[in-house]
Amino acid sequence: MTTPVTVIGGYLGAGKTTLINRMLRHADGQRIAVLVNEFGALSIDEDLILAQDGDVISIAGGCICCAFGDNLMGAITDMTARTPRPDHIVIEASGVAIPGSIAATLSLVAGVSFAGTVVLADVETVEARARDKYLSDTILRQLDGADLVVLTKTDLVDSADIARVEDWLNALHGSARILHAPNGTEINALLLGVIADPAVADTGPPRDHSAAYEALAFQQTAPTEAAILAERLAHPDLGLIRAKGFARQPDGDMREIQIAGARWQVTAVAPDTPGNLVCIALRPWPAKARCIEIMAGHGYAPVAQSR
Amino acid sequence: MPDITIYAARKIITMNPAQPVATHVAVRDGRILGAGSLDDLTGWGDHTVDDRFAEKVLMPGFVEGHAHAMEGTLWRKVYCGYFDRTDPAGRTWPGLTSVDAVLERLAEAEAALDDPNAPLGGFQFDPIYMDNATVDRTQLDALSTTRPIGILHASGHIMIVNSRALELAGLMRTGINHPGIPLGPDGMPTGVLKGPEVYMPVAPHVGFNRSATDADEQGLRDFARLCVRTGTTTITDLASRLEPDAVEMMLRVTGEARFPARLVPLKFFMGHTPQDLVDYTVSLRDRSTDKLRLGRIKVIADGSIQGFTARLRAPGYYNGAPNGLWYIAPEQLADIYRLALEHGVPVHTHTNGDEATDLVLDTLGPALMQHPSRDHRFTLQHCQLADAAQFRRIKALGMCVNLFANHHFYWGDEHYRLTVGPERATRMNACRTALDTGVPMAIHSDAPVTPLAPLFTAWAAVNRITASGRVQGAHERISVDEALYAITLGAAYTLHLDGEVGSIEAGKSADFAVLDADPTDVAPEDLKDVPVWGTVIAGQVHAAADQ
Repeated sequence: MTTPVTVIGGYLGAGKTTLINRMLRHADGQRIAVLVNEFGALSIDEDLILAQDGDVISIAGGCICCAFGDNLMGAITDMTARTPRPDHIVIEASGVAIPGSIAATLSLVAGVSFAGTVVLADVETVEARARDKYLSDTILRQLDGADLVVLTKTDLVDSADIARVEDWLNALHGSARILHAPNGTEINALLLGVIADPAVADTGPPRDHSAAYEALAFQQTAPTEAAILAERLAHPDLGLIRAKGFARQPDGDMREIQIAGARWQVTAVAPDTPGNLVCIALRPWPAKARCIEIMAGHGYAPVAQSR
Repeated sequence: MPDITIYAARKIITMNPAQPVATHVAVRDGRILGAGSLDDLTGWGDHTVDDRFAEKVLMPGFVEGHAHAMEGTLWRKVYCGYFDRTDPAGRTWPGLTSVDAVLERLAEAEAALDDPNAPLGGFQFDPIYMDNATVDRTQLDALSTTRPIGILHASGHIMIVNSRALELAGLMRTGINHPGIPLGPDGMPTGVLKGPEVYMPVAPHVGFNRSATDADEQGLRDFARLCVRTGTTTITDLASRLEPDAVEMMLRVTGEARFPARLVPLKFFMGHTPQDLVDYTVSLRDRSTDKLRLGRIKVIADGSIQGFTARLRAPGYYNGAPNGLWYIAPEQLADIYRLALEHGVPVHTHTNGDEATDLVLDTLGPALMQHPSRDHRFTLQHCQLADAAQFRRIKALGMCVNLFANHHFYWGDEHYRLTVGPERATRMNACRTALDTGVPMAIHSDAPVTPLAPLFTAWAAVNRITASGRVQGAHERISVDEALYAITLGAAYTLHLDGEVGSIEAGKSADFAVLDADPTDVAPEDLKDVPVWGTVIAGQVHAAADQ
């Protein structure tokens, strides 16, 4: 099994530190490994820190945070060699990095799979930055490489301003999903596609009806072509933020499916992996019925509403 | 035995305008008592006259303001370059003008290795001069399928590896989708790896260090041997990570009485917050010794022009390539400048493109308003595309430049034809404009990107000849005297060391370049061919032949 890697980008001050602290706080038993350029730029909330040993900070609940300095590839390789192995790796890209190029490079590291790029946009400043003499093309390239654009600091402006920025982002980059910074337990489901235990999520009672998102769990009953399904799920008309799971193919092989916004990826996995799949969308979700219909067409039955 | 030595020389070029030439120089305890005639110097007291340089020409030891100690480390690999180049032991490796010749030299090195699994590395391969002939893994596989093999391009941006190296790095597979990894008809990587971020995962398997620009102890010693061969007595290691172990090693090695170089390593900015960077550099500064000068910072603002990663102003790249990349955010650069000025730490900033130079100028101005600093000597490194207006701003802000004179020879034709086009290629590395504007100027090799050899660098600035033999930008040429100043006092000034080295006059360190010919008496186009006998550092004589 490969370790999924999510790249978090966005210019300085876009709120990456706040967001990553929330991810760690709500890890919910998942071992998230956060890779940052340097600790000074990303201050982990004091109460989350268990210990620091050189370039590695241990965090309550099994998470860790590592400073990679100028050797990102080395740090990722080190992460995949850790015991226990992290469930998810999050890379905090530097403020001027083009996350898309980090994503391309990830394809070169054995044992990891790219799970999407999340780019943060400070709703107060992103438009001005995108016009800045020095930064304009950098900001636009960052946004262009995003699978999910997360608007931050939305509480500091009124709804008309938010709507204007959303319209601007949509015109700029039609295929990215835009959402407001999640601030509760849903953060890892939405941004990383991490649901504490999707295999059992369907059996328990819905945990939080007020959640900003809805997660639908499916079980595979008939084989399907994973790539065709993945491409379909990534289409904007279904409104999915994330989907992840497994598909048995007509030839009997198993594939892992990862969807982040409009990005889809299919990778080979062990043949005994169960054919589960979870779709995650923001509430309200007008295309929910359509999603269930498409999943049925690919041999998946909804097991229950997980939340 | 008197403790004063008076060296007699055929000629001493002092770079001291009050006494431009002399025949003798008196030295005591590693310091110059004075230069002049023998009569001028005997008044210092009991002395020995040393005639060993009687047929030589002495100059102040050359100062290389932009090099990397990895030049020393690379020589443990196989030299694959197009131009003749001399290794630390003094062996001149003939340039290789065809792919076959490169493969042949690699085959010889391969045959000399006992362990069939040991890695084999080559460096400085430059197919630009071979009609961009391609090499891929199949040719390297013909050398060995058991040992990982990799050859690094002269640009430092591309590495070509064999199948075994790809296997070890987990890349010998189909399904790779990356712009830096071309695939063959079989869907497998061809072995050409474009960009450091692509080849770095493979580099350790073919014997290249993860921390590419750092030198180990052997590398540092070899770097210093190259200094002796080139007349260089003070040299920078311009992007050193300076981790505690490396600092201890540098202190120990440079502390040896016979270590033949003054080393000025600049702390590389990446991987630290501005505050941590400046605090750490300040803590290092206090550990400086006579031969190891710590306490300076290197920042990289953009990429390279030939790699199309430099940040250019309009009209951008000649071939229409999109603008390059920032390596630092403007706010972080502002923080570093502000904190460094506050703590008196000099910052040298790599800018290749003119937009990157603009950013530095726009950023340093306000920082200086906040922390006025009359003698900061912040230096623009490379600054290749600066125009006249930018040089005027550089002057106004009290900055120095260290221009990449060697670049003209090695890549001038490429810049003309491909990267920035004729007009800007013709005024690149504008030494004449810098001097006419009154900007303190050094010129450099950026070794190992181009060979360490200050006299070659001076030649490049004087003649502005490209590899194809054209004079590119005659109006930006400088005189031999100006070029010799640039590789001595000019470079020393950018390091705040001009009071200690860079000229032969009373009170300064007895650091000399010992030459077999007079660089002011040869034709300017022969400047690069002036033979170097060796150096004197703090009165210690180092012959190139003994290295």
